[in-house]
Amino acid sequence: MPIFKEKDYLRVDLDREPDESLWMKCKSCGELVFKRRVRENNNICPSCGEYFFLTAVERVDLLVDEGSYEDITAPISSDDPLQFVDRKPYPERVTEAQAKTGLRDAILVGRSTIADVPVVLGVMDFRFIGGSMGSVVGEQICRAMETAIEERRPFILVSSSGGARLQEGLFSLLQMAKTVAVRAEMAKAGVPFVSVMTYPTSGGVQASIASLGDVILAERGAMIGFAGRRVIQNAMSEELPSHFQSDAFAFEHGAIDRVVGREALRNELATLLGFFGEAE
Amino acid sequence: MSDERTLDLLEAKIDELRTLNEADGIDLSKEIERLERKLEALREELYANLSDWERVKLARHPKRPYALDYVAAAFDGFYELHGDRIDGDDRALVAGLARLDGRTVVVLGQQKGRSTEENKERFFGMARPQGYRKAQRVMRLAERFGFPVVALIDTPGAFPGLEAEERNIGGAIAESLLTMSGLRVPTVAVVIGEGGSGGALAIGMADRVLMLENAVYTVISPESAAVILWKDKERMKEAAEALNLTADRLHDLGLIDGVIPEPLGGAHKGFERTATALREELVRQLEELGNRTPGELVEGRHRRYREVGQYRDASADDG
Repeated sequence: MPIFKEKDYLRVDLDREPDESLWMKCKSCGELVFKRRVRENNNICPSCGEYFFLTAVERVDLLVDEGSYEDITAPISSDDPLQFVDRKPYPERVTEAQAKTGLRDAILVGRSTIADVPVVLGVMDFRFIGGSMGSVVGEQICRAMETAIEERRPFILVSSSGGARLQEGLFSLLQMAKTVAVRAEMAKAGVPFVSVMTYPTSGGVQASIASLGDVILAERGAMIGFAGRRVIQNAMSEELPSHFQSDAFAFEHGAIDRVVGREALRNELATLLGFFGEAE
Repeated sequence: MSDERTLDLLEAKIDELRTLNEADGIDLSKEIERLERKLEALREELYANLSDWERVKLARHPKRPYALDYVAAAFDGFYELHGDRIDGDDRALVAGLARLDGRTVVVLGQQKGRSTEENKERFFGMARPQGYRKAQRVMRLAERFGFPVVALIDTPGAFPGLEAEERNIGGAIAESLLTMSGLRVPTVAVVIGEGGSGGALAIGMADRVLMLENAVYTVISPESAAVILWKDKERMKEAAEALNLTADRLHDLGLIDGVIPEPLGGAHKGFERTATALREELVRQLEELGNRTPGELVEGRHRRYREVGQYRDASADDG
């Protein structure tokens, strides 16, 4: 990894407008950091070690063998079954999110290899309406699992989601049941499922498919839980520990198998998948 | 509901006149009859035009019958079972054996408390991981002996608290769904009051899903939706409309299988009738499902839930 003279770069005058294309400000430590340096560092702040969000595409790049990814995300898009309008119409939110992310909805699905092991990989993108699961995300996850069953490839789901897509009402809630139904088929078929929880994995996604991995890994810095911190504080006016719903909290209470650093995630998956492979 | 109070006052007035009528021998029957007609007309007007938000309030009405009320009235000989066999017994989610039309069934239900005192124990029907794990354990018992499972849903949602998160409430809901998805016995779920989000669905992934006429079923409460989506906690009425959470609407959308009628004014205005309607519907549904083999049941259930969702072909969008 190339060494930059970090201090020279980082001690720039904070009052000056940073060049949009080259610099970013770390939300955690407040330092201005060189964007390219951040990217080369797996989107981890070179100054304080904070993990920045990965887009679904960046996540795929991080995990799969170079050139092995074949996108099989189904060409489907949200249909606004309730004609939902809050502060703006739901279709408008979807169009905006599509423009912002270049994705059809909050997930990418593809075939690829990880250390030469063929897998089906699903990766959620938090930028798309909070990575929320509506009819489309539910359908993509189900089709991904069905491909995994058919081709007998392990299924890996990287979650980054606030939960159910509220604008699709009960349709969204029932995606929990839909993904669970196909997950049960995958179990019957003996196809392994590794769930990778990242920041954040919560609500209806945590309370369904993400919690049903044969093995559950959490990326360091993940937030894992069902009800949000604020919801709990409002409802119960309860004192919550500072590490509440953190990776360490989930690990300490037995909700996940292991916590893995972002830079080690690919190797960790390779090791794990090795145990499920055919006998040599 | 303020309009409901007017009706209650009128009703009390009629009762008073009736007492007078009997006591003093003055003939007030004409007056009583007139007032009764008026009461009926007012009631019809009020309840024929309920807004979705009023429906939410009716579903949460303090006099609304709760799960154990129906268990007592629509089933015979309920025998409650306790404990998740791991770390406790959740009183917000009750489970047990009962007889329905001469056969043994397993009943699950979220149970709200009537009083503050009761709610210290019942947590307003908000189940904790211990509750969902008890549900799983009792569902597996049902499967071993071929007992159908009936779930009575009535919860604002799963318990939002530290101890629930420590025990992985999300994981407990997920496991409950997985258990229910594979049960080799017939399952019927009925939303009798509030169907609040994942905490409701956790015991609702059934072969048949019904709702009482004034029950609601939603991914999020209208109050929370107002805060999150409208950024204004006063807009819960709009949120209630937008969420499409009423029984009739969800039936039209094909998301539930049937609606069980309630008396005018809600289930609490004619409990016996509601309980009888519930019982008859359960018997009918279980009879139909009874013709299926265990394999057909599981396969049918998976097909049913696999098909839920509405999306459009977007292959043309990419050009």
